[in-house]
Amino acid sequence: MTARIRKRTGQFFRMRRFKTQVKSVTHTSSTILGEAVARATPVPIASRIRGLSDRSMAWLFITPAIALLLAVNIFPLIWAIYLSFTNFRANRPNAALENVGLSNYSRVLNDPNIWQAMQTTAHFVFWTILLQTLIGFSLAYLIDRKFRGHAFWTTIILVPMMLSPAVVGNFWRFLYQPQIGLFNHIVSFLTGIPPSSFEMLGSVRLSPWAIIIVDTWMWTPYVMLICLAGLRSIPDYIYEAAEVDRASLWRQFWSITLPMALPFIMLAVLFRGIENFKMFDMVTLLTGGGPGSTTEVASITLKREAFESWRTGRASAFAIILFVAVFGLANIYVKALNKVKQR
Amino acid sequence: MTAQPPVPSKQKRPFFLRRGPMENIATGLIGLGFLMLFQPFLLIFYTWSLVTLLAGTLMFIIVSKFPE
Repeated sequence: MTARIRKRTGQFFRMRRFKTQVKSVTHTSSTILGEAVARATPVPIASRIRGLSDRSMAWLFITPAIALLLAVNIFPLIWAIYLSFTNFRANRPNAALENVGLSNYSRVLNDPNIWQAMQTTAHFVFWTILLQTLIGFSLAYLIDRKFRGHAFWTTIILVPMMLSPAVVGNFWRFLYQPQIGLFNHIVSFLTGIPPSSFEMLGSVRLSPWAIIIVDTWMWTPYVMLICLAGLRSIPDYIYEAAEVDRASLWRQFWSITLPMALPFIMLAVLFRGIENFKMFDMVTLLTGGGPGSTTEVASITLKREAFESWRTGRASAFAIILFVAVFGLANIYVKALNKVKQR
Repeated sequence: MTAQPPVPSKQKRPFFLRRGPMENIATGLIGLGFLMLFQPFLLIFYTWSLVTLLAGTLMFIIVSKFPE
């Protein structure tokens, strides 16, 4: 018995010694490997990186992003500002540039056609934002009730937002066909007027609304999604406290839901507002600015000035005016948003 | 009865260096310029909209750096 114990103890100590040896070998080999890597690394780079402070390292990491931003965003902006003071024409890139001072700005700001395009843009932006916000928030409010199958309906509602504007533009052209279009037939079914008696895309009166309907259909889900995030962020205990105080649903909506979801609604309005000021693809696909110039929004006028009339300098001036307008409005909007958040 | 030491009155900054009112003026100018740019009534308002917008935006950028 004693001999067996002694044998086992001996085995145990031998095993421990072996493990220690293996560990020391591994440690030695990793040290050797590390030294080899250090030797292989070029010395100047290694010492330079070792000598950098945290601040310098941070700058090193963000420099590529800043360089890309400067190249892709800031440089074109500065170049456009420069071109807006010249007589540059994109079809004659090698012609000598002449400084024309503020003449491009003066012409843009005295042109009744461009003024008309601004009004068309304002009409489009106002109605799309109003409809998208109202419908988007209502949908979010309904989806937030968590009824049976709400996840399925959320996915279905989000589908238009995921489609390409090119696809949406093309199939809405089919939907708006006077003879075979589903839209005309639905309107005919609801109102009793013949489907071929009106043309959504060819009528001066209806074509602006045709574009507003398509944009609202496509982008309401986006507003809904942001509003839904806002509604889901409201803690349940506030509603429970309101119920204890016997606050009606109407009161809960005006005193809790709307004020707490307001920053999210405002954010959605800001995003959609900026996006709709630049609206180009959908209008081009649906009406191309027509009939006449009824749906010619600012970005289409801009493109025509720059690449059809080849007055690129003047178009640059117009682009800068639009930029100043959106930038100014975004400034005061962000200020208002911060105030709402601080309440 | 002990006399209270006089409380030093807080030095008021000149109006044009106060952030609150100047920011409000800048915001008003931007709003006005924006309305002038998109209104359908008078071309002359449209013509002067950029100047109003620019003045408001530049003023906003400057006065928003003033201390509270």
